[in-house]
Amino acid sequence: MLNDILKILENDARTPPEKISVMTGTPVDEVKRLIKEAEEDRTILKYKTLVNWDKVRGEQVWALIEVKVTPQKDVGFDVIAERIHRFPETRTVYLISGSYDLFVLVVGKSNREIADFVSQKLSHIEGVHETFTQFVLKRYKEEGEIIDGQEEVKRQQVVL
Amino acid sequence: MSTNQKTRKYHISQRADMLSPSGIRKFFDLLASMDGVISLGVGEPDYTTPWHIREAAIQSLEKGYTMYTSNAGIPELRQELSRYLRDQYGLRYSAEGELLITVGVSEALDLAMRAILDPGDEVIVPDPAFVAYEACVILAGGVPVKTPTTEEDGFELNARDIEERITDKTRAILLGYPSNPTGAVMSREKLIDIAEVAKKHGLIVISDEIYAKLVYGVEHTCFATLPGMRESSILLGGFSKAFAMTGWRIGYACAPRDIIAAMTKIHQYTMMCASTMGQVAALEALKAGEEASNEMVADYNRRRRVIVKGLRDIGLSCFEPKGAFYAFPSIRCTGLSSEEFAERLLTEEKVAVVPGSAFGECGEGYVRCCYATSLADIEEALVRMKRFVSKYGRK
Repeated sequence: MLNDILKILENDARTPPEKISVMTGTPVDEVKRLIKEAEEDRTILKYKTLVNWDKVRGEQVWALIEVKVTPQKDVGFDVIAERIHRFPETRTVYLISGSYDLFVLVVGKSNREIADFVSQKLSHIEGVHETFTQFVLKRYKEEGEIIDGQEEVKRQQVVL
Repeated sequence: MSTNQKTRKYHISQRADMLSPSGIRKFFDLLASMDGVISLGVGEPDYTTPWHIREAAIQSLEKGYTMYTSNAGIPELRQELSRYLRDQYGLRYSAEGELLITVGVSEALDLAMRAILDPGDEVIVPDPAFVAYEACVILAGGVPVKTPTTEEDGFELNARDIEERITDKTRAILLGYPSNPTGAVMSREKLIDIAEVAKKHGLIVISDEIYAKLVYGVEHTCFATLPGMRESSILLGGFSKAFAMTGWRIGYACAPRDIIAAMTKIHQYTMMCASTMGQVAALEALKAGEEASNEMVADYNRRRRVIVKGLRDIGLSCFEPKGAFYAFPSIRCTGLSSEEFAERLLTEEKVAVVPGSAFGECGEGYVRCCYATSLADIEEALVRMKRFVSKYGRK
């Protein structure tokens, strides 16, 4: 049941518990309890809005940065990852397989801002010994949403 | 025969003339001329076909699979389908000779009727039922014998009512469950009763199970799995509803060898084969489409709960549909006929539903609302319907 509720909220965080109750056939108090529990144990991290920033004035630059690090004794990658994700410029930080160790998504106002972040902050962290920065040129799909997603109506009228 | 015959410029056959125009058509013509209409009318998924299925078809075009397939259908598709029916229902139909790939269930239905009916043969058909059933029986020279179903009985067909209508001309029983338009699912017990009637009177049962995968909280019973019924039934199924593939037009028929042979003969003269690209897509759907299909069904179920509760909150009594993607509320409290209701709802509130009377006399007093449309549209439609129903009051 929690899975069903989470799927509904993941698709539309504004779905009220009353509606979720109808959609899942679960009493509304039960829905509220499950949501509260999920919030408390951080199954639900946050409710946020998916914005198409291309529609808004003001430049926003995204960069995908791969980072090679030297893992540290006992703590592995976690401590370095934490030192990186504490920078508010980083939106996403993953440990990844392949030739790099960490994947970092950075959002800034300009190329310059991101260049400064890489050269003055990221590469100075102890244990970071190589970075590979890729600027995002165009976003096609975000969190499962197609950005230019207004598709034409394809249904035609039919007798059935 | 229609009186139009005299005023027409061209001669139209009696056979074509005998068919009544679909009651749904009229509304769609009206609908086409209007803006801002929310349609709960069209009975098809609002999803586009899952991408991996479309991609399989695109790849087949790139590789040049553009020729006819064998009349019965691509062998791999027939084998995969045979395996699917075995895994799903424990049914054994040989891919060679007991299974035919058709242009949607529509063609399969037509072939089945033409393969088994002689002029004047009677076919038991539920009322209300999908609009094509009656027409297909008539086109094959048969006589449809409507058998009423009621909301009180959950729109299930009763063996007793069937038996009352059996004559020495009765050849077959045509079932369509989960039901379009009511959303009813037949219980296993009631199907067993029908199987017994069929056995007793030596009838063939044609079971249109296009909505088999679209059931909510109940199990779909495939008619051919009932004791003795594999040998005296024709199973019809397809890909349109479960995999959101209506435009590909791929369906199938499974039946004993002699029947499939007769159907294949008609199929090869009238259709040759189903479209190659569509068959490739159907093969991909069977092999890898289950997850996407389950997701869609889960989503229909959420919308089903919303629309049924919404209709009841408005004050329309609504039978709980357990299958397909239709709600079939009673609109009697408005004092309107189902056609008046649908027509006024469309012109006054711009919501399209289909009058129940389009599906047979027993559909009078009901309208069909298809909930295979976005939740936002369903909710807006309910707001408009609420306004409409309160205007006409509750009598």
